[in-house]
Amino acid sequence: MIKFQNITKIYPPNTVALNDVSFEVKPKEFVSLVGRSGAGKTTLLRLLLAEEKPTNGRIFFNNYDFSKIKLEQLPELRRKIGAVFQDYKLLPSKTAYENIAYAMEVVGASDSEIARDVAEVLDIVGLTKKACNFPAQLSGGEKQRVAIARALIHRPEVILADEPTGNLDPYHTLDIIRLLLNINEIGTTVILATHNREVINSLGKRVVTLQDGKIIRDEEKGRFIL
Amino acid sequence: MFTLLKRAFRSGWKSLARDGGLVAANIFIMAMVIAMITSLFIFKDASDFLIEKLQEKVDISVYFKYETAEEDILKVKDEITNIPQVREVEYISKEEAFKRFTEKHQDNTVLMESLSEVGTNPFLASLDIKAFQANQYEAVATFLDDSNFDYLIEKVDYHERKPVIERIFALTSNFNKAGIVFSIILAIVAILVAFNTIRLAIYNSREEIKIQRLVGASNRFIRGPFLVQGAVCGFAAALICLLLFLVLTWGFNSKVEYLFPGLSLFQIFVGNFWLILLIQITAGVGLGMLSSLIAVRRYLRV
Repeated sequence: MIKFQNITKIYPPNTVALNDVSFEVKPKEFVSLVGRSGAGKTTLLRLLLAEEKPTNGRIFFNNYDFSKIKLEQLPELRRKIGAVFQDYKLLPSKTAYENIAYAMEVVGASDSEIARDVAEVLDIVGLTKKACNFPAQLSGGEKQRVAIARALIHRPEVILADEPTGNLDPYHTLDIIRLLLNINEIGTTVILATHNREVINSLGKRVVTLQDGKIIRDEEKGRFIL
Repeated sequence: MFTLLKRAFRSGWKSLARDGGLVAANIFIMAMVIAMITSLFIFKDASDFLIEKLQEKVDISVYFKYETAEEDILKVKDEITNIPQVREVEYISKEEAFKRFTEKHQDNTVLMESLSEVGTNPFLASLDIKAFQANQYEAVATFLDDSNFDYLIEKVDYHERKPVIERIFALTSNFNKAGIVFSIILAIVAILVAFNTIRLAIYNSREEIKIQRLVGASNRFIRGPFLVQGAVCGFAAALICLLLFLVLTWGFNSKVEYLFPGLSLFQIFVGNFWLILLIQITAGVGLGMLSSLIAVRRYLRV
């Protein structure tokens, strides 16, 4: 489903973020990317969202070859991916409800579908009462949950989650991880980047460990070892 | 398509409502720009009126010998009227000339007494000739000098008036040229100001545009609300300007008419109301949308 083939990413002048990284992700898989800060986890996710281009190597997602993809094809590709960003990337001029609804609006969902699904997702992430709040009026954890709700509302094929529990208390962390597992169980591929040791160790899923831009370990039922 | 439009309008409208301060500033700048464009239009009409008035005062007169019969003069008038460069010919009989003189100088006792001393009507019958352009008076004068009715003519005052005529026409022609250059410069300044204001407003939204792209929004979907905002700001600015000019031209009308008799700014405004409305709305909405379109474009390459 997803294939990274000899990916190298160098940021000018000479910062090597990824160095000849290759791995595949199968459909319905739950993969955790672990590594220290600067190991290249976020860069990998950014490349998969076509936010950046690799310096070398090729990326494939379903029938898309990223080296051949055109700018106007990107929206279609990105609608198949739900992304939870480390810095949330919420639209500051829209309320929590509107931020989540936006992901459905862009795929052309009807108003009634949007009203139904957004209410449901807001309930799942426990933010029904904060639906009309703007991002500036939400705590870090609440913003994180809005970002998660936005990433999953349009039922994407893959969810990329970059430190989705970074700002959450243990109680909400567990909730979010459970949510990601549930989404994965119904057939959505999940790629989770995190440095939360307990989360990784409790999952019992595939773990890809990165260090200095290279894959140092890739285990089917991995643990957080650094 | 309908859903896309509906969402563009809804989202554009919400942003306008939520960002009141910035929107008000945008509308204010756009209103200034439209006011500038409208002023150019009104001043063009006003200056055309003044130039025409000035040019109307320019003519040459052909004075006929005292004993020339009126029917001969009228024949000459017909011939002169047929000259292509001639716009208008007016016949002034001896009696008419006397009447005009006495009406004009009725308060000047010295002149009036001198006239009564003479005892008879000393004025000559004449034809006042107006040409379309200043450089055509020369041709008319030459035609009169070479004509077969030369023996009827006492004098043609063209040669005396020539320097004044040429100066007036040079002045009006320069005024027109300066007006065109000034209008173009002002229009460019106006467009740049409007464009930069909207560009700055959209610059603030660049991060938001990037997020929208990453969430999977198409360029059309992202542009829509910005275009709506640009159009609404432009439309509101046009309406404000329309009201402003209605009040200003009405308020200053009497003062301007006092300075330049016959020139009514309010009449120019009311007479061209629909055209001005069209110019203002086209300028406002067009500038607003075009500036938004150009400004958003650079942030859509994510």
